[in-house]
Amino acid sequence: MKTVEEIKTAIEAAVPGARIEVIPNPGPSAEHSLLLDHEHALDVARFLRDDAELALDFPSNVSGVDWLDKEIVEKIKVKRQVTKTVDGVEQTVEETVDETRKHIEPGYLEAVYHLYSVARKHGPVVLRMRTVNRTDQTEMPSLTPIWRGAEFQEREVFDLFGIVFTGHPDLRRILMWDGFKDYPMRKDYVEPDDFEWEPTAHDEVLKRAQAHRAALAAAGGEGADATHDGC
Amino acid sequence: MTVAEEISESIARAQIEEKREGWNRPPVIVPQEDGELLELAMGPHHPSTHGVFRMDVTLDGERVIRLKPVFGYLHRNHEKLGEGQSYLASIPYTDRLDYFCSLTNNWAYALAVEKLSGQAVPERAEYIRVILAELTRIQNHAASIGFLIQEMGASGTPLMYAFREREKILDLFESLTGSRMMCNYMRFGGCRVDISEPWLEQARKVVAGLPRFVDEFENLLTTNEILLARCQGVGVLKPDLAVNSGVTGPMLRASGVNYDIRKVDHYGIYDRFKFRVPLGDHGDIYDRYMVRILEMRESVHILEQALNEVPAGPIMDPKAKIRGFRPKPGEAYGRIEAPKGELGFYLISDGGANPYRYRIRPPSFINLTILEDMCIGHNVADVVLIFGSVDIVLGEVDR
Repeated sequence: MKTVEEIKTAIEAAVPGARIEVIPNPGPSAEHSLLLDHEHALDVARFLRDDAELALDFPSNVSGVDWLDKEIVEKIKVKRQVTKTVDGVEQTVEETVDETRKHIEPGYLEAVYHLYSVARKHGPVVLRMRTVNRTDQTEMPSLTPIWRGAEFQEREVFDLFGIVFTGHPDLRRILMWDGFKDYPMRKDYVEPDDFEWEPTAHDEVLKRAQAHRAALAAAGGEGADATHDGC
Repeated sequence: MTVAEEISESIARAQIEEKREGWNRPPVIVPQEDGELLELAMGPHHPSTHGVFRMDVTLDGERVIRLKPVFGYLHRNHEKLGEGQSYLASIPYTDRLDYFCSLTNNWAYALAVEKLSGQAVPERAEYIRVILAELTRIQNHAASIGFLIQEMGASGTPLMYAFREREKILDLFESLTGSRMMCNYMRFGGCRVDISEPWLEQARKVVAGLPRFVDEFENLLTTNEILLARCQGVGVLKPDLAVNSGVTGPMLRASGVNYDIRKVDHYGIYDRFKFRVPLGDHGDIYDRYMVRILEMRESVHILEQALNEVPAGPIMDPKAKIRGFRPKPGEAYGRIEAPKGELGFYLISDGGANPYRYRIRPPSFINLTILEDMCIGHNVADVVLIFGSVDIVLGEVDR
């Protein structure tokens, strides 16, 4: 089978304008992946499926990955003008100072496709697509029009990660119920306070129950005066 | 929007999409004008659904014109659990995915972790894995055929024949691993406990009795008039659609596609054994039944070879680190041919003790993608059979 770099050149020859990036995998499995851009993703996928030599007709696995915002701390040496009093005379001296700079690299959501070829019995070729950020621009093109096998899996990624696949024929929640609001597989997901009283409450459970009741009382909601004194 | 309007809209959409992508959507049937459409929720507690699963069916008389599967009743976010615990702690959880085949689930996970960390497995452990996986395949196929026949209306008898044989295999599992279904047996780098000579002897005895059981099963079923009438030509799946939809396992091979991961990837030591890959011709329910029967026979062949060749040696890689295991950053996708299809685990490590991402590729879930395509145009009673022939376990579908 072609290496990732060869596939990249083949794609760039077949789909003009496609921006492909090879993402190396440092682990022993050495399954390097190809990062696709949104505009040409469908054309690239169609090429991968229909190309006689690659013939990646079998979409095995679609998974979402959540990469949080990363705070990157750098130590830089900076030259600075400092006013100092040397021998009673004020002078401006240039000094090298250590400075720590922090900047936040925005996180993103990622969809990873593992493709195999049933016709030629090779694989996997790993494709990736990334959203712009994790909050308001979470769209990416759906590859379901090319591989039907991605239909339910993309729905699952939408359900659990919140990636909106544009062009998906039936994008609904699949494992969680329709009225559910959050995306549980995200790394910063907080469980809702849907605690229910249980008869053998003790230790941690008891603490949680008390916190839950206090929260209900503060909100003035119903059940605040529940007489579950067993706990 | 009423159902009739929705369907006329989907006809229009299908015509547009046909120009664009061809065959990639479920077929659309125009309902007869005099009939009134009936919307029916089959499940979540329908006797045929093997658990809690719902199909929202739209019927034109007896004919299915639309079917939307609804899952998630058993959803416990298994993948999130896996991210919150160490690599070792996930092994017992994998038992609970497809609870009929806990040993192949163990193997798929162990294979993915071994690929992630570059570990080797000793030869004896590889043999034990093959033996246990093939025993698992036989008991799964026997039970799934039993359930299929049960749904056809043969209450009990064939299912009990299958369960009688399954008991013998589960007894083997129990005496080796301590548990009949939740085996929690394989570890990355090998297996948990060693097999003994008496166990091997008992396994040989059970395997020697299996061909007779399959013969008996076939005598009872294969040429049965009712089975032929209900199964042939029902729920046909075309090979190109099957491949494009990610269908794997006996379902894919019943459509005539020669793709068995044991032959393609040669994971473990499968290249040492002689076995054939049974293929279907028509892709209907009968072919799926037949492929499962023949796969049981091939598994018996593998077992006969493996049980007589088990070498001596360690069952764990001495360098393997089970506790405090921290693989280097990287990612790996490991897959095996589980009884229901391709079971894969996709792991991303960030160098920590827990996986950063722990993804399961469940064969039962993905095989349901084309359930609608197979059912459209058939009667409601056939939906039950088509669904049964997919062979799913809800613990794996909902995770």
